[in-house]
Amino acid sequence: MSGLLPDSSNPVEYIQHHLVNLSVGEGFWAFNFDTLLISWLLGGAIVYVGYRVGRNLSIERPSGMQNILEAVLEFVDDLVRSVLGKGHTMIGTLAMTVFLWVLLMNTMDLIPVDLIPWLAGLLGAEHFRAVPTADPQAPLGMALLVFVLMLYYNIRIKGFYQYMMEFLTHPFGIWLFPINFVMKLIEELAKPLSLGLRLFGNLFAGELGFLLVALLPFWVQPVPGTIWSLFHLLVVVLQAFIFMVLTVMYLALAHMGHEEH
Amino acid sequence: MNLTLFGQLASFALFSYLVYRFLWDPITDMLEERRKRVADGLAAAERGQRERELAEKHAREVLHGAKEQANEIIANAQRRADEIVEGAKDDARIEGERIISAARSEIEQQMNLAREGLRREVVALAIEGAEHVLKRKIDAKTNNEVLEKLAAQL
Repeated sequence: MSGLLPDSSNPVEYIQHHLVNLSVGEGFWAFNFDTLLISWLLGGAIVYVGYRVGRNLSIERPSGMQNILEAVLEFVDDLVRSVLGKGHTMIGTLAMTVFLWVLLMNTMDLIPVDLIPWLAGLLGAEHFRAVPTADPQAPLGMALLVFVLMLYYNIRIKGFYQYMMEFLTHPFGIWLFPINFVMKLIEELAKPLSLGLRLFGNLFAGELGFLLVALLPFWVQPVPGTIWSLFHLLVVVLQAFIFMVLTVMYLALAHMGHEEH
Repeated sequence: MNLTLFGQLASFALFSYLVYRFLWDPITDMLEERRKRVADGLAAAERGQRERELAEKHAREVLHGAKEQANEIIANAQRRADEIVEGAKDDARIEGERIISAARSEIEQQMNLAREGLRREVVALAIEGAEHVLKRKIDAKTNNEVLEKLAAQL
């Protein structure tokens, strides 16, 4: 059955169909081809444009894309400086990449929900989810890298001993160290989870909203579709921004001493 | 949860590195360079401003000096002119006085000469009159002394 989408007369089937990834492989060793493909295309676009712009930067008269990228970079750099007190290449680069990439991935949500799955269907794919950030694996994967870097910087800046002491003494002092340890562990684990799930949740809800709109009769669709698109445009930018800010915050906190935050 | 998670993690790391390599690093360097250029430009502008002020001050001083010098020269010239005029006046007065005194002595000489001549004529007339009166010839030689005395009295 190539290119045939389920009829919208059966809402449950329609929605369920749209929420299955184009997956290759079985169990843990499977990977979602659609999520990775779209995120690679978008990431590749960023790198390609970045390469084109970065190769011939103009000091005297910047134009077009250079202005945009400069503005994003300075915005991110200002944020890092205001949180950390000084510039930081690694955090800045990660934050800039996150912002641009997540923004583009979120924007995929504004493309009509049936268009890309339909095109993929023409090529023989039964399922295709075009919004990588509405697939929990993508945001959580990115959050996981942030988490790993957090651990790395915590240990590198504070030292393993100092970091462990934070675990044992943090909220209540050394005598309640088992409670401290559990609470700190939850606190640290909650960071990447909330970071990834927040983005996923917002985008998933957005996608679901579009799917519900798509279930309406075609002559009703324009009004709720437009309203939801406008609202979602806000969510798209806001969530990219929040993901970026939290990435900066978490990594910056890993750089600060216990008494500083 | 499957490999997608780790695929995305790796992609994130890779793209971040590429963004660092192609965007962050060059743009940061470029911004630094631009900042430096702007700072240099401002510094140069300030230096130019200061140099202009110095030059203006110098020009004012030169102008002032030139004015003073000119005034001095004019005053000198005035004084010199006055001196020349005064000198000329003196010269003229001395010359005039000389001319007048020369004329006076000329007049005196002429008067003396005329007086002398007159005297001689008076003497001659007197002698002639005396001759006529005395009807006798008076030897001019013998009575010369008397005649001289008479002439001196005139």
